[in-house]
Amino acid sequence: MSATTQADPARSAGSAEPLAHRRPLGDRGFQILALVAGLLVLIILVLIAVTTAQQSTTWFTTAGFKGIFSTDWDPGANKFGAMAFVYGTVISSVIALIIAVPVSVGVALLLTEVVPRRWSRPIVYVIDLLAVVPSVVWGLWGIIVFVPWLQHIYSSIASGVKGIPVLDTLFGGTNIQGASFMTAGIILAVMITPIVTSLSREVIATVPAIDREGAYALGATRWEMIRGAVWPHSVGGVTGSVLVGLGRAMGETIAVALVIGGSPEVTAHLFYPGHSVAAVIALEFGEATGGEFRAALIGLGLVLFLLTIIVNLVARGIVERSARRMRGA
Amino acid sequence: MQLRRRQQVMTAGGAVVAMALSLAACSSSSSTPPASSGSGSPTAGSATTSAAPTATGTIDAAGSTFQTNFQQTAISQFKTVNPGITVNYASVGSGTGRSDLYKNTVLFAGSDSPIPSKEASEVPAGKTVLYFPVQIGPIAMAYNLPGVKGLKLDATVLAGIFQGTITSWNNSAIAALNSGVTLPSTPITLAVRADSSGTTQNFSDYLVMAAGSAWKLGTSSTIKWPSTARSGTGGSGVAQIVKSTAGAIGYVDFSTATASGLEAASVKNTAGQFVAPSSAAATAAASQVTPKSDLTFVAVDQAGSNSYPITYQSWDLVYAKQPNANDAALLKAYLGYLLGQGQSLLTQLNLAPLPANIDSMAKAQLDQITS
Repeated sequence: MSATTQADPARSAGSAEPLAHRRPLGDRGFQILALVAGLLVLIILVLIAVTTAQQSTTWFTTAGFKGIFSTDWDPGANKFGAMAFVYGTVISSVIALIIAVPVSVGVALLLTEVVPRRWSRPIVYVIDLLAVVPSVVWGLWGIIVFVPWLQHIYSSIASGVKGIPVLDTLFGGTNIQGASFMTAGIILAVMITPIVTSLSREVIATVPAIDREGAYALGATRWEMIRGAVWPHSVGGVTGSVLVGLGRAMGETIAVALVIGGSPEVTAHLFYPGHSVAAVIALEFGEATGGEFRAALIGLGLVLFLLTIIVNLVARGIVERSARRMRGA
Repeated sequence: MQLRRRQQVMTAGGAVVAMALSLAACSSSSSTPPASSGSGSPTAGSATTSAAPTATGTIDAAGSTFQTNFQQTAISQFKTVNPGITVNYASVGSGTGRSDLYKNTVLFAGSDSPIPSKEASEVPAGKTVLYFPVQIGPIAMAYNLPGVKGLKLDATVLAGIFQGTITSWNNSAIAALNSGVTLPSTPITLAVRADSSGTTQNFSDYLVMAAGSAWKLGTSSTIKWPSTARSGTGGSGVAQIVKSTAGAIGYVDFSTATASGLEAASVKNTAGQFVAPSSAAATAAASQVTPKSDLTFVAVDQAGSNSYPITYQSWDLVYAKQPNANDAALLKAYLGYLLGQGQSLLTQLNLAPLPANIDSMAKAQLDQITS
């Protein structure tokens, strides 16, 4: 908005009269439109929070603090503990980040620092295509093609790490299944890579050319230039884009529902089937008999809402802190 | 130049708004029963059927996924008899279907179980819900054991298998039921539903009724299965796991099991006979039922030597008092079709028609729909 107002005086120099007349009206209209849009988002958000909280009160009052924070989900026995799902959401998203972040940042650096512009465009195009694939397609491909294939790989990894302390806990065990935390994490990684890549690329592209040239002038190699000039300038923005990816991974529903295995367990074994908050809502809402079951599923929606808000606040904090550090430096 | 661009955007925006408005006009005119087309269709209807229904319009319905195949087939057939009535059935699950009925967003809800006691408070005060049974069907114990055909199981063994206490196929309890069959030592892989389901509800109802205290996981649309179980989404998801895993067993509705080409075990009924799932065996089981006055009943674990014990049912739930005469007439026409001609469609779908006594009781109940 400030850009257009700044550009105006120069432009209106030729035909000043009509423009000067129209501008205020347009500005006021725009102001109202922007205000309404902004308020609408806020109102919708509050309404969602209020109605979900209202419809899930049965869960909060019957299950109580202890019931909600348990890991026992057994609708038949009226036990509705949320933590197994929260655990699954966090674990699968963290796996997704561990895989997607190095790839995304690497690709972003490749596009901005290494490849000449005419080559970078087709690469960007291909990566953006990944974002176009609907999540249900990822899920179906996962369950039909990827899961049976991974089953064998997981089994051989598990027999390979048998007896090795930490690795056996993470990748071993007897209940290895193709549909697991790991599979969900891998699918999520593929799904969040495009957004993290394109956001990081935009951040890295804002590094002033003079910084880069300065580094080169001091005799830095390309790697030293990236580490010394590009990285400090963009680390905050890259962190922000990673957390946008994390938010996406946590909310992803149908692809995860299809490949995570659908078993509400808390276990360190990454090749065991698990469950996630979004997935359980999608899978169990349809036949949820009224009362507490339905309330618990709606309540889980609220839990996911809070989880996402926390992640966003943390993201904001990190970005702001690193921005402050940059200004100080 | 910037000004001109803004004007372009504005005219484009105007065009979009205009389009949206005209679309909205289209949809509203098609969803409300229009008087003009209504006057045309009864003549067409009376040409084909003797008792021409005078009502025209749309029935919105939602509920059980078990009914999806039947509803879809019946809707397209019904359309040829009654071109003036459009039926939309959304298969969103029994729970959501019932909830939609309570909120008055649908005219009927498909449900695999009667309204549970927990939900009774959600039914609007003063409303009476009528149950119309529309279909029954067997739940098949689909398994994948190369070389083993006609496997025999009973409730106690099924309970053991599905709660993870019987873990391999050559377990002595399974062998005792299958004398003369060589059972492999393959470990048993459980295939269960990841989504909540009426199939799970009725299968666990069966285990509670037939296996008694041997079954410890209770009954619900979602069961806490042993963590070694593999879960698939929908009946076809379970069938897919069974099909691709040697040693797997899963509970799948019979039509899905047949469509996937899976072997299904024979299950011991209360008369001590091992019966394979089929439409006829399901109808045989349901014919043993004495329905309550509101037409609710439980078809699992019925007497009779030809009865398949894991047989379940689905109802269409309707409010007795409809807001207007047209809605009442629409419902009578469509439900009358489901209970009449529609029943003949069920066998080819590998579901089962209602036994004659329940069907005639349901037809008689149609008169209770009033406005």
